[in-house]
Amino acid sequence: MNLLHDLVFDYTLRTVGLGSAALGLVSGALGTFAVLRRQSLLGDAVSHAALPGIVLAFLLTGSKAPLVLVLGAALAGWCAALLVMLVVRTTRIKMDTALGLLLSTFFGLGLVLLSVVQRSAGAGQAGLDRFLFGQAAALVGEDLVTMAILGTMVLTALLVFWKEFKLLSFDPDLAAVLGLPVRGLDILLTSLLVVAIVIGLQTVGVVLMSAMIVAPAAAARQWTDRLDRMVPLAGLFGALAGLSGAVISSMVPHLPTGPTIVLVITTITVFSLLAAPRRGLLAEQLRLRRQRRHLASDTVLADLYRLAAQHSEPAAAPHAVNVLRTMAAGTGVRRALNQLAQQNLVRSEADGQWVLTEAGVVRGRQLVQPKDGS
Amino acid sequence: MSVPQLEILAIAMVTAVGCATVGTFLMLRRLAMLSDAISHAILPGIAVAFLLTGDLGSPWMLVAAALTGLLTVALVELLHGTRRVKEDAAIGLVFPALFSLGIVLITRHAGDVHLDTDAVLLGELAFAPFDRLVIGGQDWGPRHLWLMSGVTTLNLIVVVVFFKELKLATFDPGLAASLGLAPGLIHYGLMALVSVTAVGAFDSVGLVLVVALMVGPPATAYLLTDHLNRLLILAALIGALDAALGFALATWWDASIAGCIAVAVGLVFLVGFLAAPERGLVAVMLRRRRQRWEFARTVLAIHLAQHEGRPEEAEESRIDHLHGREVGWTPEFTLKLVTLAEESGLVVRDGQRLRLTDSGRDLAARTLTC
Repeated sequence: MNLLHDLVFDYTLRTVGLGSAALGLVSGALGTFAVLRRQSLLGDAVSHAALPGIVLAFLLTGSKAPLVLVLGAALAGWCAALLVMLVVRTTRIKMDTALGLLLSTFFGLGLVLLSVVQRSAGAGQAGLDRFLFGQAAALVGEDLVTMAILGTMVLTALLVFWKEFKLLSFDPDLAAVLGLPVRGLDILLTSLLVVAIVIGLQTVGVVLMSAMIVAPAAAARQWTDRLDRMVPLAGLFGALAGLSGAVISSMVPHLPTGPTIVLVITTITVFSLLAAPRRGLLAEQLRLRRQRRHLASDTVLADLYRLAAQHSEPAAAPHAVNVLRTMAAGTGVRRALNQLAQQNLVRSEADGQWVLTEAGVVRGRQLVQPKDGS
Repeated sequence: MSVPQLEILAIAMVTAVGCATVGTFLMLRRLAMLSDAISHAILPGIAVAFLLTGDLGSPWMLVAAALTGLLTVALVELLHGTRRVKEDAAIGLVFPALFSLGIVLITRHAGDVHLDTDAVLLGELAFAPFDRLVIGGQDWGPRHLWLMSGVTTLNLIVVVVFFKELKLATFDPGLAASLGLAPGLIHYGLMALVSVTAVGAFDSVGLVLVVALMVGPPATAYLLTDHLNRLLILAALIGALDAALGFALATWWDASIAGCIAVAVGLVFLVGFLAAPERGLVAVMLRRRRQRWEFARTVLAIHLAQHEGRPEEAEESRIDHLHGREVGWTPEFTLKLVTLAEESGLVVRDGQRLRLTDSGRDLAARTLTC
């Protein structure tokens, strides 16, 4: 209750919580497309590449207004993303190498500019390097307004071009055949991703921003196969991680917000990988085990039927467990028999031997001779 | 240049050569971004080792960090192996998580000690000469120079000794496996080298420069050659060049050395991207242009050959007919083309009419029959 009270009335916590949630929402939604298009690491490259833009924006305008810095970041990140696309399209260098190259070059340029600024501008530049690791605690109302405006723009554009982006992500060839401007859409979607990234930079920093692109989408992917559910779900996971990360780091001393948010979203992703109903790893294990058991009991039933079918009265021909065990050449015969008994397909005699019921004879015949009359 | 400057330059160049050697294989395996992932993810390893030993210089630091690097690779493969996420997403999930863990460990437990995250990420080569290797009271030079020389020598030895195995496992893992070469083992061996290199380089040149030096020089060299051995040698040379150029830039601008080297890596790549003899943008555009004219010349020869000796020849071989509806060339293009074809001896001009020469007839016949 106290926490809720603080969230509503404590200015800092409210600002940080809202900002982190907004960043998670936008980056989760946009990240879905990046992950589906196998561009997960583009986020990493773009966020690193934003650094020179931030410093340059400050150098040129002398202002540290969030909108100015964010625009600089977006411009630099956008240039880097386009250069990556250019290098991949025109040379034989692959995506991963192009990303690494542009990322480190741009970031290096950012460091150079930063060192120049630090030398010349003195105290005026303080706070620029909070973009490196992010400093959610330093968020103020003005930042929130910037984030809200840009975030709304990005999400609106996503809705407007929903059908086109969907086609671009799943079947770019069909999109081209249908006459859609594929390259233009590609650039538009990448630009939206760039904006989504720079919104989060000052909260979680360049290194960790890539997690906010990849992790919510990877988590959401486990729960659904439909894009129109995956995007809101990823946004929800992102927002949840942002908010709870901000809250947790405010309660524990010396716990930086950015890394906490990333650890929360990572936990959500790992949980989704394990526990999602159909794609989850646990669900898969259970399914495999059930199938294995099913197969084992079917085998035992079929074996028992084959034995019983050699007698004139199959439903009155008991056989010992050991005989079945020899035939099945495996363990788990007793468990399979108990399972079959529960389904009233077999029953045990007083002397410990097992015999088919009438239903068991029918089922056994179906198993051994799959088609009637053949 | 002063002695410390020479020492800085030497450290940078040696690091560049070591990074380029392993980086070449990363690039060929399409795992270039693993250099980024590993170099970031070693942070928690460094933090844990620091918390346990309380000493930044201890060799355990190298061991712990290298193990974390391998852990990163193993986690990425584990995630990818579940077939629930793609490989790039797996990389993007693992390293920020480990890096976050590292930052949390450091800020919670290491407080204000020297291990600050900025220094790890950015590195400061300018301070490297102050960290001396002193044995028995004698100064043997900068510690990082020895460290990186060792790492680079190790990389070179491994690549030379296992050249055949690395080559096969990189280009044809299936064949390597069937020959009994254990591509998995080679993969992890390579990743161990990448981790050790990244760790060795992290506090002298910083993580970002590790990525730049592992990815940039091989990418530039890849634009210049197709042979693996030449690729490796060129990558190493380009790496050293990048380092020297970056150092010069840093001296000139009085700016961050690591940053300048990363910028130099990008600039040298840009030069290769534009001007590489066969794959550079300029060469490709020139080739496309040449091919366009060659194609047009061949079309002209075929056109003339088709109508040669037929009643319509007089009409079809007129220059002003060529830029009519049939071929769709503009008058200027046609005139230039005719001049080109005349110069290369395919046709001769006879007023408005064109006649094929023997070599023009030959070109048309060859093109149509092949």
